[in-house]
Amino acid sequence: MSVNAPLLVVEGLTVSFRSDAGLVRAVAGVSFAVEQREIVGVVGESGSGKSQTLLAIMGLIDSPNAVVSGSIRFMGQELVGLNRRALDAIRGRQIAMIFQDPMSALTPVHTIGNQIGEQVRAHEKVSARAARARAVQLLDAVGIANPDRVVDGYPHQLSGGMRQRAVIAMALSCNPALLVADEPTTALDVTVQAQILELIGRLRDQFGSAVILVTHDLGVVAQVTDRVMVMYGGRFVEEGRKGSVFRTPLHPYTWGLFGSIPPMDGERPARLAAIPGAPPSLSNLPKGCAFGPRCAFRHDACIVQPPLVGGNGHRAACALPETSRKFHIREVASIETPV
Amino acid sequence: MLAAMSFRLGQMVLVMFGISVVAFLIFFATPGADPSARIAGRNASQETLVQVRHDFGLDRPLPVQYGLMMNRLFVSRDLTSFVNRGQRVIPAVTGAIPVTLSLVGGAAVLWVLGGLIVGVIAGATRGTFIDRALMILSLIGVSVPVFWLGEVANLLTQSRWHDTWLFSWVPPLGYIPLTQDPWGWFKALVIPWFTLATLYVGLYGRVLRASLIEMMQEDFIRTARAKGIGERRVLLHHGLRTSLVAFVTMFGLDFGALVGGGALLTEVVFGLQGVGKLTYEALQTLDLPMILATVIYASFFVVMANFVVDVVFVFIDPRARDVR
Repeated sequence: MSVNAPLLVVEGLTVSFRSDAGLVRAVAGVSFAVEQREIVGVVGESGSGKSQTLLAIMGLIDSPNAVVSGSIRFMGQELVGLNRRALDAIRGRQIAMIFQDPMSALTPVHTIGNQIGEQVRAHEKVSARAARARAVQLLDAVGIANPDRVVDGYPHQLSGGMRQRAVIAMALSCNPALLVADEPTTALDVTVQAQILELIGRLRDQFGSAVILVTHDLGVVAQVTDRVMVMYGGRFVEEGRKGSVFRTPLHPYTWGLFGSIPPMDGERPARLAAIPGAPPSLSNLPKGCAFGPRCAFRHDACIVQPPLVGGNGHRAACALPETSRKFHIREVASIETPV
Repeated sequence: MLAAMSFRLGQMVLVMFGISVVAFLIFFATPGADPSARIAGRNASQETLVQVRHDFGLDRPLPVQYGLMMNRLFVSRDLTSFVNRGQRVIPAVTGAIPVTLSLVGGAAVLWVLGGLIVGVIAGATRGTFIDRALMILSLIGVSVPVFWLGEVANLLTQSRWHDTWLFSWVPPLGYIPLTQDPWGWFKALVIPWFTLATLYVGLYGRVLRASLIEMMQEDFIRTARAKGIGERRVLLHHGLRTSLVAFVTMFGLDFGALVGGGALLTEVVFGLQGVGKLTYEALQTLDLPMILATVIYASFFVVMANFVVDVVFVFIDPRARDVR
């Protein structure tokens, strides 16, 4: 594998669930790549398929009614359809995950040290004592003040922020090449959130890990990521460098997301712009562009699913002509986000 | 932790006092009936009635009656039965305790092991043929009445097939003390053990399966899987370990109730002179002092088992440690 080869290449990933309403596609054929040491943000509303994409990468979709197809290649190895033993050799070791809710992510009856040590010992031949020492070290590295005490503590004895740190310490225990984080700060209060994000940002520098950060918070994306992918209705609708996407968002859905953030300065808007309507039900996606029914710029061309296209690594799936989109951005910006 | 335990012990004593008062009141202060007539048994002579009234202080106020009764139960321990002329109640109960403990203890080992095996296998193979077969079997186990099962076991092992190689080792019905003949003790009890355990294997297997399946949906199971530790470890170290809380609670209650006389049917069917059988016979003859003694003994074991469960809880669930 060459140095420049992407760490993770996902092609045509589809996650569907058999249900009474027929086959429900939570993720509808997404393709993307993550470079080494890159921090990628995945943004979207609840039910847009972000979490399912992550879980598919981790091989954690184990519902008997789920069908995962497409290709997920990690360091050249195909993960879709990999057997449990081979998967277990990778996850926890090469790919680690941070979960959304730190309150329920740890087993209540085992100490923090045991839970971290368990992962270390699953992948490396070390003694229990060495694993514990590693746990103390990791807890210290994620900014827990008294790691010697916390290591023997139980999850219920820690605050939410501390637990999330413990979960992160656990995820980092084997120096994974890729860290996937599913809304790691959603359940935390704002100050803790900032610390956790800073921590995730530091990981790349210290451990050289690439990170996929799923969130519905654009502020989080702005703070730490290199690249942004916007997901809607199980597909990516826009993708590009963070600066590019934040400066010139190309998709009406992204405009809507930016429009619903209160401005930091200037006149306070009487009410925040909201995207009209509700996210589509996955079992009943509209024909063509899934965002169509909620889009102010909908026109005849939207009846066909537009491809994800664009130059300079900034792509969007929208049927609006690029020139008219540039015009609309200004229009939208002047109304909804006075900067 | 020591403070919490002595607090619980104090609570236990209070609960037992409450039970003894209630039990006493039910037997001695029920309006419209003369307790002396009931203590003396059916067709008692006038002299006996007078003697009973005097013995139990029934012509004195209730608190004195209670005190006298408790004194005879716990201090002088000379409470006598009038139905079985002169039978000392306390030695009868203490003599029955080892029998009941042997029966229930052995059965408990069987049903805990069986319940764990059935529950874990069914939970792990959820939805498959194995799961369904185990669940049907345990449903049968739960539904079969213990006295019927016991009688069938007796019929086969004591009579029909007793002379075949299969059951020729089975001793006649009854109890053989462990201290006297350990092997005989085992042989005499092994069939009662299985009979008594059948219901509970089914019950515990089903409860554990349900609790295990519920636990395996929890977020921390996903975390455990994400660690790459293998499904067996996920199931046993994370799923089963957290499911044990329900299991232990149930065990404590059932064990206490059985030792407290709940194994009555098994004891009667197999001719084991345990506490259950003692109660059963006392009920048949309306032997009031004996009933009172066994009720108080039973309550003691139920309360005791609850206390033990609380202590075990502290070990299996760290969250219980920080309460209070």
